[in-house]
Amino acid sequence: MSTVVAIRGVHKVFGAGADRTVALEGIDLEIEKGAFVSLIGPSGCGKSTLLRLIGDLTGVTAGTVQVNGKSAVQARTDHEYGIVFQSPVLFDWRTVQRNVELPIELSGLAPAARAKRAREMLALVELAGFEERYPWQLSGGMQQRVAIARALSFAPSILLMDEPFGALDEMSRERLNLELLRIWQRTGTTIVFVTHSIPEAVFLSTQVAVMSARPGRIVDLIDIDLARPRDELTREQPSYFQHVTRVRESLRRGDGQRTPVAAAP
Amino acid sequence: MLRAARALLSFAAFLTVIAVIWELAKLLGGDPVGEWTPPFAWRIANDLNMPHLWDIAGSFAAPAQRNGPPLGLLLAGAAGFTFREAFGGFVFGAALGLGLAIVFVHSSLLERALVPYVVASQTIPIIAIAPMVVIWLQAGWVSVAVISAYLTFFPVTIAGIRGLRSPDPRAVELMRSYAASPRELLLKVRLPAAAPYLFAALKVAATASVVGAIIGELPSGIRDGLGGAILNFNQYYISGPEKLWAAIVVAALMGIAFFALVRAAEVAVLRGRLGGSAA
Repeated sequence: MSTVVAIRGVHKVFGAGADRTVALEGIDLEIEKGAFVSLIGPSGCGKSTLLRLIGDLTGVTAGTVQVNGKSAVQARTDHEYGIVFQSPVLFDWRTVQRNVELPIELSGLAPAARAKRAREMLALVELAGFEERYPWQLSGGMQQRVAIARALSFAPSILLMDEPFGALDEMSRERLNLELLRIWQRTGTTIVFVTHSIPEAVFLSTQVAVMSARPGRIVDLIDIDLARPRDELTREQPSYFQHVTRVRESLRRGDGQRTPVAAAP
Repeated sequence: MLRAARALLSFAAFLTVIAVIWELAKLLGGDPVGEWTPPFAWRIANDLNMPHLWDIAGSFAAPAQRNGPPLGLLLAGAAGFTFREAFGGFVFGAALGLGLAIVFVHSSLLERALVPYVVASQTIPIIAIAPMVVIWLQAGWVSVAVISAYLTFFPVTIAGIRGLRSPDPRAVELMRSYAASPRELLLKVRLPAAAPYLFAALKVAATASVVGAIIGELPSGIRDGLGGAILNFNQYYISGPEKLWAAIVVAALMGIAFFALVRAAEVAVLRGRLGGSAA
């Protein structure tokens, strides 16, 4: 197994003086090729910031982030990232097809090739037949699937997802969880997934990184060794609940770390 | 199509109401017509201040001067001349306005430094600027177009800044993750996102450019356009008030036509977008 993401000794500080906030402190994390790693923690724990550091949407204050042996900037320039946010952020003047084509349009792929690729990606997210629709004609869940198809269009080596299903209802969310697993297995793309839902993290991931708040730290890295392929029945297995409990306890311990330890003997 | 027909119908209905009010006022307070003596004598409603609509309509067919061409033909020629100036001013002003907006969105330093002057420029009356432009560029349709552009660039700049900044910050981040260049970000995200804002401003600019062209003709001493015609008929108002009114009607029609042209372009460009075809 080769390492895709290597994060070493990363600190991230926002602001200065009285406004100074330590968002991340001493983060070390390695993500293997083909892994599905969820970052979970209370709000404000810096999980989104960590994702943005990997994707070079913001810079580190100290430490290093390497992706496929390159700096994050270089990896971004080389089109290593596909990004999906909580809202789909589709362009309403482009059809679904042309939205998916945008990244490969910028990388200079020929029109015929990118049209073919976009159709393949739309088929992958089960949106064949919706190519000529406009984003506002689709439901929220469908829009998010278009966003996933777009993120996958230039075959990134790593997919960064920031609470991608957070704005959806529970039913759409569970369906998209299943679909995402299917897509992940088909494409073999490494996925880093930010969520604040414990069941979601356990159901999807190969590993769950549990974070504590202020300063953001990784307090636990839990292997989720549930059998694959996972399906609706997975959510009913005792081992699934054991993992959920494990993550929950870990989160609670991480939360406990916030209280000053100075009072201890 | 049905919507266009409905818009046209309501426009015609509105004109009819205005016409009825106009003639009703004359019937009640204007000058006597044949046997009819109106019960009131309102100065504003006499034949000099408010000529009968049929007199205004009739004046188009009558010669403007003895043995001259009909007024309608004369005004059509003048309108063509003024339209060239207005269109030139519109294009020049829109390009300048959008150019400034693009510069300001990319440089907050320039924005802070220059926007106050852009705003201040609009407090100087065009009447004060026009003679200077004529001196610099000499009288001609180009100088009138520049005067007209002075009115048209401003709404485009203001709306452009707003529109170019309208994309979701995450859309900008996505473009960053695609390793897009600043130029690609502008062409693929900022400009398309700004289009609805720009069209709103361009509709204002279209009508303003007609006003700018007409006013710009006055200090330039240009007699071939509508401004010249208005000035001319204004001087001889007593002897033929309906001619000035006819010139005003033509100027209004031109403004409406120009507006409709921009609107048609808007509908074509924004087709498919949510709410894109709304007025």
